[in-house]
Amino acid sequence: MKRFRRHGHDQRDRVKQELFQFNKTVEHGFPHQPSALGYSPSLQLLAIGTRSGAIKLYGAPGVEFMGLHDENAAVTQVHFMPHQAELVTLLDDNSLHMWSLKGHNGLSELLEIGRFTLTGPPGAPPHVTRVTAVLAHSSGELLLLGTEGGHVFIVEVPGFRELEERNISLDQVASSVPDDYIGRRNLEHVEALQENPSRRNQVVIGYGRGLMVIWDLEKQCALQHIPATQQLESMWWTEDGSYILSSHSDGSYCRWMVGGDDVCEDEEKSDIPYGHFPCKAISKIIQLPTAKGPPFLLFSGGMPRASYGDRHCITVIQSKTQVALDFTSRIIDFFVIRDGAQHTGDPSALVVLVEEELVVIDLQSEGWPVIQTPYLVPLHSSAITCSHHVSAIPLKLWERIIAAGALQTTHYSKKPWPVTGGQNLAPDPPQRDLLLTGHEDGTVWFWDASGVCLSPMYKLSTAAVFHTDADPNDNMNQSTEGEWPPFRKVGCFDPYSDDPRLGIQKIHLCKYSGYLTVAGTAGQILVLELNDEAAEQTVEAKVVDLLQGQEGFRWKGHTQLDVREEPVTFPPGFQPFSLVQCQPPAVVTALTLHSEWKLVAFGTSHGFGLFDYQQKNNVFVKCTLNPSDQLAMEGPLSRVKSIKKSLRQSFRRIRRSRVSLRKHHVNNAAKLQEANARLEAELAEMELAPVQRKIEARSSDDSFTGLVRTLYFADTFLADSSHHSPSLWAGTNGGSVFAYMLRLPAAERRADEAVSAQPAKEIQLMHRAPVVGVVVLDGHGAPLPEPLEVAHDLARSPDMQGSHHVLVISEEQFKVFTLPKVSAKMKLKLTAVDGSRVRRVGVAWFGSNRTEDYGESGLLVLTNQGDVHAVSLPHVKMQVQYPCIRREDVSGIASCVFTKHGQGFYLISPSEFERFSLSTRCLVEPRCLVEEPRPPAASNHHGAPSAHRNTQDAEDADVLQEIQKSLEGEHTSFLENNVKTA
Amino acid sequence: MNKNHQVPSSRSPNAVEVKSKFGAEFRRFSLDRSKPGRFDEFYSLLQHVHHIPNVELVVGYADVHGDLLPINNDDNYHKAISSANPILRLFLQSIEEAVYTFGKDSLTRKKNTGLSAVLRPDANKKKVHVIIGPPRDFRPVSSIIDVDILPETHRRVRLYKHGQEKPLGFYIRDGSSVRVTPMGLEKIPGIFISRLVPGGLAQSTGLLAVNDEVLEVNGIEVTGKSLDQVTDMMIANSHNLIITVKPANQWNNVVRGGGELGGGGTASGSSGRSSDSGASFYGYSSHGAAASMPSHIIQNFPVGELDSDEDDEDLVIEAGGEAEPIRSAPNYSTASLSRYEPHLNLRTTTKSPSAFSISANGTMPASGSSGSLSNINANSTSLSPDGAKERQSLEEDGTVITL
Repeated sequence: MKRFRRHGHDQRDRVKQELFQFNKTVEHGFPHQPSALGYSPSLQLLAIGTRSGAIKLYGAPGVEFMGLHDENAAVTQVHFMPHQAELVTLLDDNSLHMWSLKGHNGLSELLEIGRFTLTGPPGAPPHVTRVTAVLAHSSGELLLLGTEGGHVFIVEVPGFRELEERNISLDQVASSVPDDYIGRRNLEHVEALQENPSRRNQVVIGYGRGLMVIWDLEKQCALQHIPATQQLESMWWTEDGSYILSSHSDGSYCRWMVGGDDVCEDEEKSDIPYGHFPCKAISKIIQLPTAKGPPFLLFSGGMPRASYGDRHCITVIQSKTQVALDFTSRIIDFFVIRDGAQHTGDPSALVVLVEEELVVIDLQSEGWPVIQTPYLVPLHSSAITCSHHVSAIPLKLWERIIAAGALQTTHYSKKPWPVTGGQNLAPDPPQRDLLLTGHEDGTVWFWDASGVCLSPMYKLSTAAVFHTDADPNDNMNQSTEGEWPPFRKVGCFDPYSDDPRLGIQKIHLCKYSGYLTVAGTAGQILVLELNDEAAEQTVEAKVVDLLQGQEGFRWKGHTQLDVREEPVTFPPGFQPFSLVQCQPPAVVTALTLHSEWKLVAFGTSHGFGLFDYQQKNNVFVKCTLNPSDQLAMEGPLSRVKSIKKSLRQSFRRIRRSRVSLRKHHVNNAAKLQEANARLEAELAEMELAPVQRKIEARSSDDSFTGLVRTLYFADTFLADSSHHSPSLWAGTNGGSVFAYMLRLPAAERRADEAVSAQPAKEIQLMHRAPVVGVVVLDGHGAPLPEPLEVAHDLARSPDMQGSHHVLVISEEQFKVFTLPKVSAKMKLKLTAVDGSRVRRVGVAWFGSNRTEDYGESGLLVLTNQGDVHAVSLPHVKMQVQYPCIRREDVSGIASCVFTKHGQGFYLISPSEFERFSLSTRCLVEPRCLVEEPRPPAASNHHGAPSAHRNTQDAEDADVLQEIQKSLEGEHTSFLENNVKTA
Repeated sequence: MNKNHQVPSSRSPNAVEVKSKFGAEFRRFSLDRSKPGRFDEFYSLLQHVHHIPNVELVVGYADVHGDLLPINNDDNYHKAISSANPILRLFLQSIEEAVYTFGKDSLTRKKNTGLSAVLRPDANKKKVHVIIGPPRDFRPVSSIIDVDILPETHRRVRLYKHGQEKPLGFYIRDGSSVRVTPMGLEKIPGIFISRLVPGGLAQSTGLLAVNDEVLEVNGIEVTGKSLDQVTDMMIANSHNLIITVKPANQWNNVVRGGGELGGGGTASGSSGRSSDSGASFYGYSSHGAAASMPSHIIQNFPVGELDSDEDDEDLVIEAGGEAEPIRSAPNYSTASLSRYEPHLNLRTTTKSPSAFSISANGTMPASGSSGSLSNINANSTSLSPDGAKERQSLEEDGTVITL
């Protein structure tokens, strides 16, 4: 018997292995706190380093690599080695790291292959070797490192071997500086290093004080001194090698002729573009030629300090056209992509990394429009307040959403995405998945979440329904003729919400019918339908009183939003046709929609209601508020005194006492000291006072017990075991479950006859933990399908013969009850056993990776400890458990959303989703290959179009062939290896 | 098992002299010792002889130690009759104006007979006056369990929050404790009791104290768990919370009774040494404990019968009807009402004597009475030879036993 059971165990273990597997697969969105940008024209890859030490590479859509430095230091510079699949990063801690893209099993991997820290002569102060400027020499063998001490160290790569004899020390340079140069006593640090594009043995060294020295690497001597006297910010060597541009801290830039005398006295041209009044520094300047016509000049900064000192601008000048691109966040860096096989042709696109997004400007189309990014999208253009995932979208709906979205992106450039490096080898996603994010400003973004690239499809704004203070058209394209500087707003990051009440809190989309419901912070619930045409509509608000005449309460929270009474024109897409306004206007905490029955259920901390969106009529309301619960009544946490607040108050008190002290005895040092001592004592006390937790059973008098946590529609057996009927289930924070039996009129009379509901059951869980989920299981123990799923032949119809069960998921345990007579059948305790609590739960289907047609339904659970669990259905047995999110990351845990196929998303920063999978079959991860670039023909320095490449197509075919070859090569070598070892 | 108290009457085998006092009035009558009848008959008899047919009564009697003990069901009624030596003194009060308190030394007139002096050598040394409410409110508040399997430095305390108005009433905090390891002394993080709320359950038991280190919650070790996790575990188990602590004050440690493991012997053995008079000891700790206790934790009860599940009593309110507790399984036919108000049933139901004996056991107040306690226990088990079966179903059912 025992052996038999053991055998069964093994079998189950094997099934588990075939079903579950935990992987964090890909990060979507924009990296948090980017700090450096790099670009390789030969690889066509861009690299972004972040303050947390991550390095991310992006190429063609789907081509993504990520690396993380062991040191937890910010990446300050990223430089690709020219014509190689390698890059060098400089970190905050002065260490240099070499990364390489290596092929492995036909896929490329980003690996760190070396690290290096510059060591100075013994006894030298640390600033001598503090790296401030890096130049990756075009030979691909040398790194020039300029330091704070003013020295330039030369290092051989990839081995990081210091070539001491070739170092350019400050003394060598200083000795040859002209005597009359005012800054010769102190040249300061090396600010910039540039290589002569036409002569690779010449580099220019720019010192902070302003002096620039052209140095011959072979002869090891200075060729020319350029005696600028303003603090240097950056340098640029023009394409033909004849001029050097320098930009300075006073907002000026200068152009210097190269060659001729050793010391050129006069700059050829000097200009302060936004001059007259003091200007801010120009931090970077680029000049690029065009085949026919004047060159492009691009620089960042340089704005008049007093009037526009707070703007983040890049100015683009070509001939008479000048635009100051005005970004909404700080500029990190920018580069320009150029045409041509050798990437030396006309500038085609300007890529700007600002703190919160990546903006790409098409420089070849009229008006320099923005190119829409297929990845690196700022998810947080307004803060994300909720998310909702819908798997397997029918093609029809998908196309309609794309069509609606296309109308919103007409102002974008038609040019394809200019960063095209690498090959995306990932198989096409098996289905179309939508991720919907709700935002603080009342918008809902629809994202294509099918593959590695999370790309925007459509944006819905709900603000138009309401009167808000802001005019929606006032911030974009406001520039008037003749304004100086010629600002143009670019980028979509706009974190400022005009009205926090617009914030979206809950979303539910029916993928079959295209009905969408969204609910917000001020108790507003909108029901929308997809319309391919623009339409003018008046949205009428239906006010629903959730208090049901409960007396003695006064809502102290925000007021409800004012609805526009006049008709509003809604663009094609999702258009609202019904609005339910909860009273009191508390935040909506639960929402669900049943498109077959045309019903929407909603809940707040006061109760829940059922709305018939066909008849635009509220069916019923249930108040769940405990009469003694003042806290829930008064509004959003008005009386909850946070520990932060109390700390702040105590500090304020101390400060006040210090201020008053100072007022009375200005010079009374003793008193001040006393106050300081008191402050210290209070701080010490704060540290000493132990954090303690109260141990108390939950009671019905706790706060927010009436808050509705979950709502669920099911067609099941509520009254007797022979008749099933529609039902609505609601679970509250206080451990109560309410079940209502719904009576729907026959289809042909649906529009006329009223829907009715009557209370059928109420379950009060003894442990009173918040109910976070309700699922009805059919006669086979499978969760009931979604509405219309069966009608669309996408799900097996549920078993209505056998007995149904209801699974109630509380924060502490999972419990299965029989239906219609509610009696406990099975349960799984979570909190009592390991102290973790359910934060998020979803029903998912797990397919086996071995047997195509085998799969199981299960629950995906995320706990407050950050662990994900899979729980089997219908037996509620724990299957697997993996750590997923740090338990301190409360917002990450709160943001988690599960898909129906065992994947999930959570926010790792305000702007990034991490994607994970618990399924063996459903995995979306980047699989890509980057070819080692060919070294350029030795003679070809000037970027003349290469003759041996005729068309783009030929090139593509070439690349494909090569990939094919390399793949096969891998295989054969692998086989050979096998043979050898065998 | 200690059966010494069951003193058989040799003088008059058939008649028991009864002296019943109600207010200032006395009635004397006699009962047949061999056929005492049922409690409800006895109760009507009392009402009859005192001519108070409509007064609800609280019936008490003086036992051999002079303690006032309740008579409210068949078992303690039989016990009272059988232990009458020779006279059975009854003290009746109307339920509204009950002034007597049951318990040890609760009668002013003490009967320090030689026998009781021998049995309770410490009776004169320590006279802790314990006040206990009327019998209908009797229920266990706390217990020390698993004394025989735990190290002497540890204490496993069970708090019965179920049906209590009192809050659990304690706080926990992070701290560090020193452990002896092969590498020497090692400081490791631990969870400690930081505060007891006055009047709370935890404080009133006297079994937990500030700075006691919490080692386990319902059989699950807390090492490696955060304060919040332990908090959540305790709250999740709050209906039947079993905490294993290492008391900060090691002076009051329970010293094991000589040789007798399990059953009443352990309890009576240790009771004498425990200076915390609030403690009550039970030999039947086996019926309790957490449902989902991992099997590797050694307990002195079989894991199979664990599911005591007070917390399973979810309430279902049907559409038009009144509240009804959920049965934990559909095939159980025991009266569901009894889960909620087991004490109300004591008078009316005669179905499961074993359960009642245990509840009577549960009502026994203090360590001093432990001797007679085990006696009752023994009595009742012998009374119901077929009780085992019923008992089992009750245990699964879980409510009556744990009260």
